[in-house]
Amino acid sequence: MSPTTLQSLRPDLAIIQEWIQPNSQVLDLGCGEGTLLQFLSEHKNVRGYGLEINPDKITAAIANGVNVVEQDLNNGLYNYKDNSIDTVVMTQALQAVQRPDELLDEMLRVGDEAIVTFPNFGHWRTRMYLALKGRMPMSETLPHKWYDTPNIHLCTVSDFEELCQQKNIRILSKTVVDDHHQEHWAIRLWPSLLGEIAVYHLTRRS
Amino acid sequence: MPEVIPDDSVGLVTPQTFHCDTPLTLRSGRVLSQYDLVYETYGELNASKTNAILICHALSGDQHAAGYNSMDDSKPGWWDNAIGPGKPIDTTRFFVVALNNLGGCSGSTGPTSINPDTGKPYGPDFPIVAVRDWVSSQAELADHLGIQRWAAVVGGSLGGMQVLRWSIQFPQRIANAVVVASAPKLSAQNIAFNEVARQAIAKDPDFHDGNYLEHGTIPKVGLTQARMLGHLTYLSEDAMRQKFGRDLREGKLNYSFAPEFQVESYLHYQGEKFSTRFDANTYMLMTKALDYFDPSADYDHDLVKCLSNAQCKFLLVSFTTDWRFSPARSKEIVNALMEADKDVSYACIDSDGGHDAFLLDNPRYHAVLSAFMNRIANRLEAQA
Repeated sequence: MSPTTLQSLRPDLAIIQEWIQPNSQVLDLGCGEGTLLQFLSEHKNVRGYGLEINPDKITAAIANGVNVVEQDLNNGLYNYKDNSIDTVVMTQALQAVQRPDELLDEMLRVGDEAIVTFPNFGHWRTRMYLALKGRMPMSETLPHKWYDTPNIHLCTVSDFEELCQQKNIRILSKTVVDDHHQEHWAIRLWPSLLGEIAVYHLTRRS
Repeated sequence: MPEVIPDDSVGLVTPQTFHCDTPLTLRSGRVLSQYDLVYETYGELNASKTNAILICHALSGDQHAAGYNSMDDSKPGWWDNAIGPGKPIDTTRFFVVALNNLGGCSGSTGPTSINPDTGKPYGPDFPIVAVRDWVSSQAELADHLGIQRWAAVVGGSLGGMQVLRWSIQFPQRIANAVVVASAPKLSAQNIAFNEVARQAIAKDPDFHDGNYLEHGTIPKVGLTQARMLGHLTYLSEDAMRQKFGRDLREGKLNYSFAPEFQVESYLHYQGEKFSTRFDANTYMLMTKALDYFDPSADYDHDLVKCLSNAQCKFLLVSFTTDWRFSPARSKEIVNALMEADKDVSYACIDSDGGHDAFLLDNPRYHAVLSAFMNRIANRLEAQA
Protein backbone atom coordinates (compact mmCIF):
# COMPACT_ATOMS: atom_id res chain seq x y z
CA MET A 1 0.00 0.00 0.00
CA SER A 2 2.87 2.39 0.79
CA PRO A 3 4.33 4.18 -2.24
CA THR A 4 7.42 2.65 -3.83
CA THR A 5 10.78 4.41 -3.99
CA LEU A 6 13.73 3.83 -6.30
CA GLN A 7 15.90 3.00 -3.28
CA SER A 8 13.55 0.25 -2.13
CA LEU A 9 13.43 -1.35 -5.59
CA ARG A 10 15.36 -4.58 -6.20
CA PRO A 11 18.53 -3.48 -8.03
CA ASP A 12 17.82 -5.39 -11.26
CA LEU A 13 14.37 -3.78 -11.35
CA ALA A 14 16.03 -0.41 -10.77
CA ILE A 15 18.10 -1.00 -13.91
CA ILE A 16 15.06 -2.14 -15.90
CA GLN A 17 12.87 0.83 -14.99
CA GLU A 18 15.38 3.17 -16.64
CA TRP A 19 14.75 1.42 -19.97
CA ILE A 20 10.98 1.91 -19.82
CA GLN A 21 9.53 5.08 -21.34
CA PRO A 22 7.16 7.24 -19.29
CA ASN A 23 3.45 6.94 -20.22
CA SER A 24 4.07 3.67 -22.05
CA GLN A 25 2.35 0.31 -21.65
CA VAL A 26 4.08 -2.65 -20.05
CA LEU A 27 3.32 -6.36 -19.78
CA ASP A 28 5.26 -8.01 -16.93
CA LEU A 29 5.55 -11.80 -17.32
CA GLY A 30 5.89 -13.47 -13.94
CA CYS A 31 5.18 -10.16 -12.19
CA GLY A 32 5.34 -11.59 -8.67
CA GLU A 33 3.80 -9.17 -6.18
CA GLY A 34 3.72 -6.45 -8.83
CA THR A 35 6.56 -4.35 -7.36
CA LEU A 36 7.91 -3.21 -10.75
CA LEU A 37 4.46 -2.36 -12.14
CA GLN A 38 3.55 -0.49 -8.96
CA PHE A 39 6.77 1.53 -9.18
CA LEU A 40 6.28 2.28 -12.89
CA SER A 41 2.68 3.33 -12.31
CA GLU A 42 3.60 5.66 -9.45
CA HIS A 43 6.74 7.19 -10.97
CA LYS A 44 6.41 6.96 -14.74
CA ASN A 45 2.67 6.93 -15.32
CA VAL A 46 3.09 3.54 -16.98
CA ARG A 47 -0.04 1.41 -17.49
CA GLY A 48 0.32 -2.30 -17.49
CA TYR A 49 -0.66 -5.83 -16.63
CA GLY A 50 1.25 -8.55 -14.86
CA LEU A 51 0.88 -12.26 -15.56
CA GLU A 52 1.49 -14.64 -12.66
CA ILE A 53 0.58 -18.17 -11.60
CA ASN A 54 1.62 -18.21 -7.94
CA PRO A 55 -1.59 -17.84 -5.88
CA ASP A 56 -0.01 -15.93 -2.96
CA LYS A 57 1.78 -13.53 -5.28
CA ILE A 58 -1.44 -12.88 -7.20
CA THR A 59 -3.20 -11.98 -3.96
CA ALA A 60 -0.29 -9.72 -2.95
CA ALA A 61 -0.29 -8.00 -6.35
CA ILE A 62 -4.04 -7.34 -6.03
CA ALA A 63 -3.41 -5.89 -2.56
CA ASN A 64 -0.75 -3.64 -4.16
CA GLY A 65 -3.34 -2.34 -6.60
CA VAL A 66 -1.60 -3.86 -9.61
CA ASN A 67 -3.49 -5.38 -12.56
CA VAL A 68 -2.55 -9.04 -12.28
CA VAL A 69 -3.95 -11.82 -14.44
CA GLU A 70 -3.57 -15.51 -13.64
CA GLN A 71 -2.00 -17.01 -16.76
CA ASP A 72 0.58 -19.72 -17.42
CA LEU A 73 3.41 -18.41 -19.61
CA ASN A 74 3.83 -21.89 -21.09
CA ASN A 75 0.58 -21.25 -22.98
CA GLY A 76 2.17 -18.26 -24.70
CA LEU A 77 0.64 -14.82 -25.06
CA TYR A 78 -2.21 -15.99 -27.33
CA ASN A 79 -4.58 -13.41 -25.87
CA TYR A 80 -2.46 -10.42 -26.92
CA LYS A 81 -2.43 -8.92 -30.38
CA ASP A 82 0.72 -8.18 -32.39
CA ASN A 83 2.48 -4.96 -31.36
CA SER A 84 -0.14 -4.18 -28.72
CA ILE A 85 2.32 -3.42 -25.89
CA ASP A 86 5.32 -1.08 -25.75
CA THR A 87 7.56 -3.21 -23.52
CA VAL A 88 7.19 -6.82 -22.42
CA VAL A 89 9.29 -7.55 -19.32
CA MET A 90 10.27 -10.93 -17.91
CA THR A 91 12.55 -11.06 -14.87
CA GLN A 92 14.06 -14.36 -13.77
CA ALA A 93 11.51 -16.56 -15.52
CA LEU A 94 13.04 -17.32 -18.94
CA GLN A 95 14.92 -20.33 -17.57
CA ALA A 96 11.76 -21.72 -15.94
CA VAL A 97 9.47 -21.90 -18.98
CA GLN A 98 9.11 -24.94 -21.23
CA ARG A 99 10.23 -23.18 -24.42
CA PRO A 100 12.25 -20.02 -23.74
CA ASP A 101 12.91 -19.55 -27.47
CA GLU A 102 9.20 -19.56 -28.33
CA LEU A 103 8.32 -17.26 -25.46
CA LEU A 104 11.01 -14.83 -26.60
CA ASP A 105 9.34 -14.79 -30.03
CA GLU A 106 5.99 -14.20 -28.34
CA MET A 107 7.37 -11.30 -26.28
CA LEU A 108 8.62 -9.56 -29.41
CA ARG A 109 5.46 -10.34 -31.37
CA VAL A 110 3.32 -8.62 -28.74
CA GLY A 111 5.81 -5.98 -27.64
CA ASP A 112 7.85 -3.43 -29.50
CA GLU A 113 10.64 -4.04 -27.02
CA ALA A 114 11.42 -6.76 -24.51
CA ILE A 115 13.46 -6.81 -21.33
CA VAL A 116 14.72 -10.16 -20.07
CA THR A 117 16.75 -11.10 -17.02
CA PHE A 118 18.07 -14.58 -16.21
CA PRO A 119 20.74 -16.23 -14.06
CA ASN A 120 24.00 -16.55 -16.04
CA PHE A 121 25.01 -20.24 -15.93
CA GLY A 122 28.44 -19.24 -17.26
CA HIS A 123 29.41 -17.39 -14.07
CA TRP A 124 32.88 -18.44 -12.86
CA ARG A 125 31.56 -19.90 -9.62
CA THR A 126 29.07 -22.09 -11.51
CA ARG A 127 31.85 -23.24 -13.84
CA MET A 128 34.13 -24.06 -10.91
CA TYR A 129 31.35 -25.86 -9.03
CA LEU A 130 30.75 -28.25 -11.92
CA ALA A 131 34.45 -28.61 -12.76
CA LEU A 132 35.65 -29.29 -9.20
CA LYS A 133 32.69 -31.04 -7.56
CA GLY A 134 31.29 -32.76 -10.62
CA ARG A 135 27.78 -31.89 -9.38
CA MET A 136 25.04 -29.64 -10.75
CA PRO A 137 25.91 -26.15 -9.52
CA MET A 138 23.97 -24.60 -6.66
CA SER A 139 24.33 -21.04 -5.40
CA GLU A 140 22.45 -18.16 -3.82
CA THR A 141 20.94 -17.41 -7.25
CA LEU A 142 20.35 -21.09 -8.05
CA PRO A 143 19.41 -22.65 -4.71
CA HIS A 144 17.55 -25.78 -6.00
CA LYS A 145 18.63 -29.39 -6.46
CA TRP A 146 18.78 -30.70 -10.04
CA TYR A 147 15.61 -32.74 -9.61
CA ASP A 148 13.34 -30.15 -8.05
CA THR A 149 14.57 -26.98 -9.69
CA PRO A 150 12.06 -24.82 -11.57
CA ASN A 151 15.03 -23.67 -13.68
CA ILE A 152 14.77 -26.25 -16.45
CA HIS A 153 16.44 -24.25 -19.23
CA LEU A 154 19.53 -22.60 -17.79
CA CYS A 155 21.83 -20.83 -20.23
CA THR A 156 24.92 -18.71 -20.28
CA VAL A 157 25.24 -15.14 -21.51
CA SER A 158 26.92 -16.50 -24.67
CA ASP A 159 24.13 -19.04 -25.28
CA PHE A 160 21.53 -16.32 -25.00
CA GLU A 161 23.31 -13.95 -27.36
CA GLU A 162 23.66 -16.73 -29.91
CA LEU A 163 19.89 -17.35 -29.74
CA CYS A 164 19.23 -13.63 -30.24
CA GLN A 165 21.53 -13.63 -33.27
CA GLN A 166 19.76 -16.67 -34.78
CA LYS A 167 16.40 -14.99 -34.33
CA ASN A 168 17.54 -11.60 -35.65
CA ILE A 169 16.81 -10.04 -32.30
CA ARG A 170 18.70 -6.80 -31.76
CA ILE A 171 20.26 -6.18 -28.34
CA LEU A 172 19.56 -2.53 -27.49
CA SER A 173 21.52 -2.72 -24.27
CA LYS A 174 22.69 -5.26 -21.74
CA THR A 175 24.20 -5.38 -18.34
CA VAL A 176 25.17 -8.05 -15.87
CA VAL A 177 25.07 -7.79 -12.12
CA ASP A 178 26.30 -9.93 -9.24
CA ASP A 179 24.05 -11.91 -6.95
CA HIS A 180 23.37 -8.80 -4.93
CA HIS A 181 22.23 -7.22 -8.20
CA GLN A 182 25.14 -4.75 -8.15
CA GLU A 183 27.12 -3.68 -11.16
CA HIS A 184 30.90 -3.66 -10.83
CA TRP A 185 33.72 -2.57 -13.16
CA ALA A 186 35.13 -6.08 -13.26
CA ILE A 187 31.78 -7.52 -14.33
CA ARG A 188 31.68 -5.09 -17.21
CA LEU A 189 35.08 -6.43 -18.36
CA TRP A 190 34.20 -10.13 -18.16
CA PRO A 191 30.40 -10.28 -18.15
CA SER A 192 30.08 -13.94 -19.12
CA LEU A 193 32.44 -14.95 -16.30
CA LEU A 194 31.59 -12.50 -13.53
CA GLY A 195 27.93 -11.60 -14.05
CA GLU A 196 25.46 -13.70 -12.10
CA ILE A 197 22.30 -12.04 -13.39
CA ALA A 198 22.09 -11.00 -17.03
CA VAL A 199 19.77 -8.14 -18.01
CA TYR A 200 18.94 -7.63 -21.71
CA HIS A 201 16.96 -4.98 -23.56
CA LEU A 202 15.80 -6.36 -26.92
CA THR A 203 13.86 -5.47 -30.06
CA ARG A 204 13.13 -6.76 -33.56
CA ARG A 205 12.78 -3.19 -34.82
CA SER A 206 15.49 -2.39 -37.35
CA MET B 1 -31.24 -21.68 15.00
CA PRO B 2 -28.34 -19.53 16.29
CA GLU B 3 -28.42 -19.66 20.09
CA VAL B 4 -25.94 -16.81 20.06
CA ILE B 5 -25.18 -14.65 17.07
CA PRO B 6 -21.50 -15.14 16.11
CA ASP B 7 -19.17 -12.14 16.49
CA ASP B 8 -18.40 -12.05 12.79
CA SER B 9 -22.08 -11.95 11.83
CA VAL B 10 -23.97 -8.82 10.84
CA GLY B 11 -26.51 -10.03 13.41
CA LEU B 12 -30.28 -9.66 13.20
CA VAL B 13 -31.43 -7.77 10.14
CA THR B 14 -34.84 -6.58 9.00
CA PRO B 15 -35.64 -6.30 5.31
CA GLN B 16 -36.90 -2.95 4.08
CA THR B 17 -39.08 -2.05 1.10
CA PHE B 18 -38.44 0.67 -1.46
CA HIS B 19 -41.55 1.60 -3.40
CA CYS B 20 -40.73 3.15 -6.77
CA ASP B 21 -43.37 5.23 -8.54
CA THR B 22 -41.16 6.07 -11.51
CA PRO B 23 -42.36 3.89 -14.41
CA LEU B 24 -39.74 1.50 -15.71
CA THR B 25 -39.70 0.75 -19.43
CA LEU B 26 -38.35 -2.75 -19.79
CA ARG B 27 -36.11 -4.17 -22.49
CA SER B 28 -39.17 -5.99 -23.87
CA GLY B 29 -40.91 -2.65 -24.34
CA ARG B 30 -43.46 -3.29 -21.60
CA VAL B 31 -43.73 -0.82 -18.76
CA LEU B 32 -43.92 -1.43 -15.02
CA SER B 33 -45.76 1.65 -13.76
CA GLN B 34 -44.66 1.07 -10.17
CA TYR B 35 -42.86 -1.61 -8.23
CA ASP B 36 -41.42 -2.60 -4.87
CA LEU B 37 -37.86 -3.70 -4.17
CA VAL B 38 -37.13 -5.49 -0.92
CA TYR B 39 -33.59 -5.01 0.39
CA GLU B 40 -31.37 -5.46 3.40
CA THR B 41 -28.41 -3.33 4.44
CA TYR B 42 -25.40 -4.16 6.61
CA GLY B 43 -22.86 -1.71 8.06
CA GLU B 44 -23.09 2.06 7.98
CA LEU B 45 -23.07 4.52 5.10
CA ASN B 46 -20.26 7.07 5.65
CA ALA B 47 -20.91 10.83 5.65
CA SER B 48 -19.81 11.27 2.04
CA LYS B 49 -21.84 8.17 0.99
CA THR B 50 -18.86 6.67 -0.83
CA ASN B 51 -18.54 3.32 0.94
CA ALA B 52 -21.60 1.54 -0.47
CA ILE B 53 -21.38 -1.94 -1.95
CA LEU B 54 -24.18 -3.47 -4.00
CA ILE B 55 -24.58 -7.25 -3.90
CA CYS B 56 -26.32 -8.75 -6.94
CA HIS B 57 -27.90 -12.16 -6.45
CA ALA B 58 -27.88 -15.16 -8.77
CA LEU B 59 -30.73 -17.34 -10.04
CA SER B 60 -32.26 -18.39 -6.75
CA GLY B 61 -30.87 -15.75 -4.39
CA ASP B 62 -32.64 -12.90 -2.66
CA GLN B 63 -32.13 -9.86 -0.43
CA HIS B 64 -31.11 -11.96 2.56
CA ALA B 65 -27.38 -12.16 1.88
CA ALA B 66 -26.07 -12.07 5.45
CA GLY B 67 -27.07 -12.34 9.10
CA TYR B 68 -30.35 -13.61 10.49
CA ASN B 69 -33.90 -12.35 10.11
CA SER B 70 -34.92 -13.98 13.37
CA MET B 71 -33.46 -16.08 16.15
CA ASP B 72 -35.51 -18.97 14.73
CA ASP B 73 -33.63 -18.98 11.41
CA SER B 74 -31.95 -22.33 10.80
CA LYS B 75 -29.14 -20.68 8.82
CA PRO B 76 -27.84 -17.23 7.93
CA GLY B 77 -28.15 -15.40 4.58
CA TRP B 78 -26.84 -16.94 1.36
CA TRP B 79 -23.44 -15.19 1.34
CA ASP B 80 -22.89 -14.88 5.08
CA ASN B 81 -19.38 -16.37 4.82
CA ALA B 82 -18.22 -13.35 2.78
CA ILE B 83 -20.21 -10.47 4.32
CA GLY B 84 -19.75 -9.38 7.94
CA PRO B 85 -17.34 -7.77 10.39
CA GLY B 86 -13.78 -8.74 9.37
CA LYS B 87 -15.01 -10.84 6.44
CA PRO B 88 -13.93 -10.17 2.81
CA ILE B 89 -16.78 -7.68 2.39
CA ASP B 90 -16.15 -6.06 5.75
CA THR B 91 -19.25 -4.44 7.21
CA THR B 92 -17.17 -2.41 9.67
CA ARG B 93 -15.81 -0.54 6.64
CA PHE B 94 -18.53 -0.82 3.99
CA PHE B 95 -22.25 -0.16 3.77
CA VAL B 96 -23.61 -3.23 2.00
CA VAL B 97 -26.91 -3.30 0.11
CA ALA B 98 -28.50 -6.57 -1.04
CA LEU B 99 -31.86 -6.70 -2.77
CA ASN B 100 -34.37 -9.09 -4.29
CA ASN B 101 -34.54 -8.42 -8.00
CA LEU B 102 -37.68 -7.56 -9.94
CA GLY B 103 -39.53 -10.71 -10.87
CA GLY B 104 -38.29 -12.39 -7.70
CA CYS B 105 -40.38 -14.18 -5.11
CA SER B 106 -38.96 -12.88 -1.82
CA GLY B 107 -40.95 -9.67 -1.54
CA SER B 108 -39.97 -7.56 -4.55
CA THR B 109 -42.59 -7.11 -7.26
CA GLY B 110 -42.84 -10.32 -9.23
CA PRO B 111 -45.28 -12.91 -10.56
CA THR B 112 -46.86 -13.53 -7.15
CA SER B 113 -47.51 -9.79 -6.58
CA ILE B 114 -50.87 -8.20 -7.25
CA ASN B 115 -51.09 -6.50 -10.64
CA PRO B 116 -52.55 -3.03 -9.83
CA ASP B 117 -54.37 -3.03 -13.19
CA THR B 118 -56.31 -6.25 -12.54
CA GLY B 119 -56.29 -6.66 -8.79
CA LYS B 120 -55.07 -10.25 -9.29
CA PRO B 121 -51.58 -11.78 -9.09
CA TYR B 122 -49.48 -11.16 -12.22
CA GLY B 123 -48.73 -14.87 -12.59
CA PRO B 124 -47.43 -15.65 -16.10
CA ASP B 125 -48.39 -12.13 -17.22
CA PHE B 126 -45.49 -10.62 -15.30
CA PRO B 127 -43.23 -9.09 -17.97
CA ILE B 128 -40.01 -10.88 -18.83
CA VAL B 129 -37.29 -8.80 -17.22
CA ALA B 130 -33.72 -8.52 -18.55
CA VAL B 131 -30.48 -7.99 -16.67
CA ARG B 132 -30.46 -4.34 -17.80
CA ASP B 133 -33.93 -3.87 -16.25
CA TRP B 134 -32.61 -5.13 -12.93
CA VAL B 135 -29.69 -2.72 -13.18
CA SER B 136 -32.05 0.18 -13.97
CA SER B 137 -34.18 -0.65 -10.93
CA GLN B 138 -31.06 -1.04 -8.77
CA ALA B 139 -30.03 2.47 -9.86
CA GLU B 140 -33.42 3.75 -8.64
CA LEU B 141 -32.72 2.08 -5.30
CA ALA B 142 -29.28 3.75 -5.22
CA ASP B 143 -30.94 7.15 -5.81
CA HIS B 144 -33.39 6.41 -3.01
CA LEU B 145 -30.51 5.62 -0.64
CA GLY B 146 -28.59 8.73 -1.73
CA ILE B 147 -25.78 6.68 -3.27
CA GLN B 148 -24.38 8.46 -6.31
CA ARG B 149 -21.61 5.94 -6.96
CA TRP B 150 -21.08 2.43 -5.62
CA ALA B 151 -17.62 1.74 -4.20
CA ALA B 152 -18.16 -1.70 -5.73
CA VAL B 153 -20.86 -3.81 -7.29
CA VAL B 154 -20.35 -7.50 -6.54
CA GLY B 155 -22.00 -10.64 -7.86
CA GLY B 156 -21.53 -14.26 -8.85
CA SER B 157 -23.03 -16.15 -11.80
CA LEU B 158 -26.17 -14.28 -12.94
CA GLY B 159 -25.14 -11.69 -10.31
CA GLY B 160 -21.84 -11.21 -12.16
CA MET B 161 -23.80 -10.44 -15.32
CA GLN B 162 -25.54 -7.61 -13.46
CA VAL B 163 -22.14 -6.28 -12.39
CA LEU B 164 -20.92 -6.29 -16.01
CA ARG B 165 -24.11 -4.54 -17.06
CA TRP B 166 -23.58 -1.87 -14.36
CA SER B 167 -20.10 -1.17 -15.69
CA ILE B 168 -21.38 -0.33 -19.18
CA GLN B 169 -24.84 1.05 -18.35
CA PHE B 170 -23.78 3.42 -15.56
CA PRO B 171 -20.00 3.78 -15.96
CA GLN B 172 -19.95 6.89 -13.72
CA ARG B 173 -21.80 5.18 -10.90
CA ILE B 174 -19.52 2.21 -10.21
CA ALA B 175 -15.92 2.48 -9.00
CA ASN B 176 -15.13 -1.23 -8.82
CA ALA B 177 -16.66 -4.36 -10.31
CA VAL B 178 -16.33 -7.86 -8.85
CA VAL B 179 -17.51 -10.51 -11.32
CA VAL B 180 -17.36 -14.08 -9.97
CA ALA B 181 -17.98 -17.34 -11.88
CA SER B 182 -19.79 -15.56 -14.67
CA ALA B 183 -19.79 -15.26 -18.47
CA PRO B 184 -20.22 -12.57 -21.13
CA LYS B 185 -23.23 -14.57 -22.42
CA LEU B 186 -24.59 -18.09 -22.07
CA SER B 187 -23.41 -20.90 -24.31
CA ALA B 188 -25.83 -23.08 -26.29
CA GLN B 189 -25.28 -25.83 -23.68
CA ASN B 190 -26.28 -23.47 -20.88
CA ILE B 191 -29.42 -22.30 -22.70
CA ALA B 192 -30.28 -25.95 -23.33
CA PHE B 193 -30.06 -26.78 -19.61
CA ASN B 194 -32.36 -23.85 -18.85
CA GLU B 195 -34.87 -24.99 -21.45
CA VAL B 196 -35.04 -28.52 -20.01
CA ALA B 197 -35.69 -26.96 -16.59
CA ARG B 198 -38.41 -24.68 -17.97
CA GLN B 199 -40.06 -27.55 -19.83
CA ALA B 200 -40.12 -29.66 -16.67
CA ILE B 201 -42.10 -26.87 -15.02
CA ALA B 202 -44.31 -26.05 -18.01
CA LYS B 203 -45.31 -29.70 -18.53
CA ASP B 204 -46.35 -30.20 -14.90
CA PRO B 205 -50.21 -30.49 -14.95
CA ASP B 206 -50.29 -28.29 -11.85
CA PHE B 207 -48.60 -25.43 -13.76
CA HIS B 208 -51.78 -24.41 -15.63
CA ASP B 209 -49.81 -22.23 -18.07
CA GLY B 210 -48.46 -20.29 -15.11
CA ASN B 211 -51.90 -19.63 -13.57
CA TYR B 212 -51.39 -22.13 -10.74
CA LEU B 213 -52.21 -19.59 -8.01
CA GLU B 214 -55.72 -19.17 -9.43
CA HIS B 215 -56.10 -22.95 -9.47
CA GLY B 216 -54.81 -23.30 -5.92
CA THR B 217 -51.93 -25.56 -7.00
CA ILE B 218 -48.16 -25.33 -7.29
CA PRO B 219 -46.15 -27.22 -9.95
CA LYS B 220 -44.12 -28.97 -7.31
CA VAL B 221 -43.07 -31.90 -9.46
CA GLY B 222 -41.86 -29.71 -12.32
CA LEU B 223 -40.03 -27.29 -10.04
CA THR B 224 -38.39 -30.22 -8.23
CA GLN B 225 -37.14 -31.65 -11.51
CA ALA B 226 -35.92 -28.24 -12.69
CA ARG B 227 -33.95 -27.77 -9.49
CA MET B 228 -32.54 -31.30 -9.55
CA LEU B 229 -31.16 -30.66 -13.02
CA GLY B 230 -29.88 -27.20 -12.11
CA HIS B 231 -28.30 -28.36 -8.87
CA LEU B 232 -26.55 -31.22 -10.62
CA THR B 233 -24.93 -28.81 -13.09
CA TYR B 234 -23.64 -26.65 -10.24
CA LEU B 235 -21.61 -29.53 -8.77
CA SER B 236 -18.38 -31.00 -10.07
CA GLU B 237 -17.95 -34.68 -10.85
CA ASP B 238 -15.15 -34.89 -8.28
CA ALA B 239 -17.25 -33.37 -5.52
CA MET B 240 -20.13 -35.74 -6.27
CA ARG B 241 -17.79 -38.74 -6.26
CA GLN B 242 -16.36 -37.68 -2.91
CA LYS B 243 -19.70 -36.85 -1.35
CA PHE B 244 -21.77 -39.79 -2.58
CA GLY B 245 -19.69 -42.18 -4.62
CA ARG B 246 -21.97 -45.12 -5.35
CA ASP B 247 -23.22 -45.31 -1.78
CA LEU B 248 -26.62 -46.96 -1.39
CA ARG B 249 -29.30 -45.70 0.99
CA GLU B 250 -30.09 -49.16 2.34
CA GLY B 251 -26.72 -50.72 1.72
CA LYS B 252 -28.09 -53.10 -0.91
CA LEU B 253 -29.75 -53.07 -4.33
CA ASN B 254 -33.55 -53.39 -4.16
CA TYR B 255 -34.19 -53.94 -7.86
CA SER B 256 -36.75 -51.14 -7.89
CA PHE B 257 -37.08 -47.74 -9.54
CA ALA B 258 -37.28 -45.85 -6.26
CA PRO B 259 -34.19 -43.80 -5.37
CA GLU B 260 -31.54 -46.27 -4.19
CA PHE B 261 -28.28 -44.38 -4.51
CA GLN B 262 -27.46 -41.63 -2.03
CA VAL B 263 -26.93 -39.17 -4.85
CA GLU B 264 -30.51 -39.77 -6.00
CA SER B 265 -32.05 -39.07 -2.62
CA TYR B 266 -29.81 -36.01 -2.19
CA LEU B 267 -31.06 -34.52 -5.45
CA HIS B 268 -34.67 -35.34 -4.55
CA TYR B 269 -34.22 -33.63 -1.20
CA GLN B 270 -32.66 -30.51 -2.77
CA GLY B 271 -35.34 -30.34 -5.45
CA GLU B 272 -38.25 -30.78 -3.07
CA LYS B 273 -36.90 -28.26 -0.57
CA PHE B 274 -36.58 -25.72 -3.38
CA SER B 275 -40.04 -26.43 -4.80
CA THR B 276 -41.74 -25.33 -1.60
CA ARG B 277 -39.82 -22.08 -1.22
CA PHE B 278 -39.47 -20.83 -4.79
CA ASP B 279 -42.05 -19.56 -7.27
CA ALA B 280 -42.18 -21.41 -10.59
CA ASN B 281 -42.90 -18.30 -12.68
CA THR B 282 -39.92 -16.58 -11.08
CA TYR B 283 -37.75 -19.56 -12.04
CA MET B 284 -38.98 -19.27 -15.64
CA LEU B 285 -38.21 -15.52 -15.66
CA MET B 286 -34.76 -15.78 -14.09
CA THR B 287 -33.61 -18.45 -16.54
CA LYS B 288 -34.89 -16.30 -19.43
CA ALA B 289 -32.88 -13.32 -18.13
CA LEU B 290 -29.82 -15.59 -18.15
CA ASP B 291 -30.50 -16.77 -21.71
CA TYR B 292 -31.10 -13.25 -23.06
CA PHE B 293 -28.01 -11.68 -21.49
CA ASP B 294 -25.54 -10.63 -24.19
CA PRO B 295 -24.44 -7.00 -23.73
CA SER B 296 -22.12 -7.19 -26.75
CA ALA B 297 -25.16 -7.62 -29.03
CA ASP B 298 -25.66 -3.84 -28.96
CA TYR B 299 -22.03 -3.34 -30.02
CA ASP B 300 -21.79 -5.44 -33.20
CA HIS B 301 -21.23 -8.48 -30.97
CA ASP B 302 -17.83 -7.04 -30.10
CA LEU B 303 -17.18 -7.48 -26.37
CA VAL B 304 -14.15 -5.16 -26.48
CA LYS B 305 -16.24 -2.35 -27.92
CA CYS B 306 -19.00 -3.14 -25.43
CA LEU B 307 -16.66 -2.80 -22.44
CA SER B 308 -14.77 0.22 -23.77
CA ASN B 309 -17.13 2.62 -21.97
CA ALA B 310 -16.46 1.06 -18.59
CA GLN B 311 -14.44 3.18 -16.17
CA CYS B 312 -14.23 0.99 -13.09
CA LYS B 313 -11.53 -1.39 -11.91
CA PHE B 314 -12.46 -5.04 -12.40
CA LEU B 315 -11.79 -8.21 -10.43
CA LEU B 316 -12.74 -11.48 -12.08
CA VAL B 317 -12.71 -14.82 -10.32
CA SER B 318 -13.42 -18.30 -11.67
CA PHE B 319 -13.17 -21.85 -10.29
CA THR B 320 -11.28 -24.75 -11.84
CA THR B 321 -14.10 -27.33 -11.70
CA ASP B 322 -16.94 -24.97 -12.70
CA TRP B 323 -18.18 -26.39 -15.99
CA ARG B 324 -21.43 -24.40 -16.09
CA PHE B 325 -19.53 -21.06 -16.10
CA SER B 326 -16.05 -22.31 -16.87
CA PRO B 327 -12.79 -20.36 -16.30
CA ALA B 328 -12.55 -19.94 -20.09
CA ARG B 329 -15.73 -17.82 -19.99
CA SER B 330 -14.29 -15.51 -17.34
CA LYS B 331 -11.07 -15.31 -19.33
CA GLU B 332 -13.08 -14.07 -22.36
CA ILE B 333 -14.15 -11.10 -20.27
CA VAL B 334 -10.61 -10.59 -18.92
CA ASN B 335 -9.10 -10.64 -22.41
CA ALA B 336 -11.68 -8.18 -23.72
CA LEU B 337 -11.03 -5.86 -20.77
CA MET B 338 -7.26 -5.97 -21.36
CA GLU B 339 -7.75 -5.26 -25.03
CA ALA B 340 -9.99 -2.33 -24.08
CA ASP B 341 -7.17 -1.13 -21.80
CA LYS B 342 -9.21 -1.41 -18.60
CA ASP B 343 -7.91 -2.10 -15.10
CA VAL B 344 -8.49 -5.79 -14.44
CA SER B 345 -7.20 -8.56 -12.21
CA TYR B 346 -8.12 -12.22 -12.54
CA ALA B 347 -7.72 -15.28 -10.36
CA CYS B 348 -8.72 -18.86 -11.20
CA ILE B 349 -9.31 -20.61 -7.88
CA ASP B 350 -8.47 -24.29 -7.41
CA SER B 351 -11.68 -25.77 -6.01
CA ASP B 352 -13.68 -28.98 -6.37
CA GLY B 353 -16.91 -27.08 -5.67
CA GLY B 354 -18.04 -26.68 -9.28
CA HIS B 355 -20.18 -23.62 -10.02
CA ASP B 356 -21.40 -23.60 -6.41
CA ALA B 357 -17.83 -22.71 -5.34
CA PHE B 358 -18.68 -19.03 -5.66
CA LEU B 359 -20.85 -19.39 -2.55
CA LEU B 360 -18.39 -21.51 -0.57
CA ASP B 361 -15.77 -20.50 1.96
CA ASN B 362 -12.53 -21.19 0.07
CA PRO B 363 -9.42 -19.66 1.70
CA ARG B 364 -7.76 -18.51 -1.53
CA TYR B 365 -11.02 -17.16 -2.99
CA HIS B 366 -11.67 -15.16 0.15
CA ALA B 367 -8.04 -13.96 0.32
CA VAL B 368 -8.30 -12.59 -3.23
CA LEU B 369 -11.67 -10.98 -2.50
CA SER B 370 -10.33 -9.49 0.77
CA ALA B 371 -7.22 -8.09 -0.96
CA PHE B 372 -9.35 -6.34 -3.58
CA MET B 373 -11.97 -5.05 -1.13
CA ASN B 374 -9.44 -3.95 1.49
CA ARG B 375 -7.62 -1.86 -1.07
CA ILE B 376 -10.90 -0.12 -1.92
CA ALA B 377 -11.58 0.51 1.76
CA ASN B 378 -8.02 1.75 2.40
CA ARG B 379 -8.29 4.30 -0.39
CA LEU B 380 -11.72 5.48 0.77
CA GLU B 381 -10.50 5.87 4.33
CA ALA B 382 -7.36 7.73 3.16
CA GLN B 383 -9.59 10.20 1.29
CA ALA B 384 -11.90 10.75 4.25
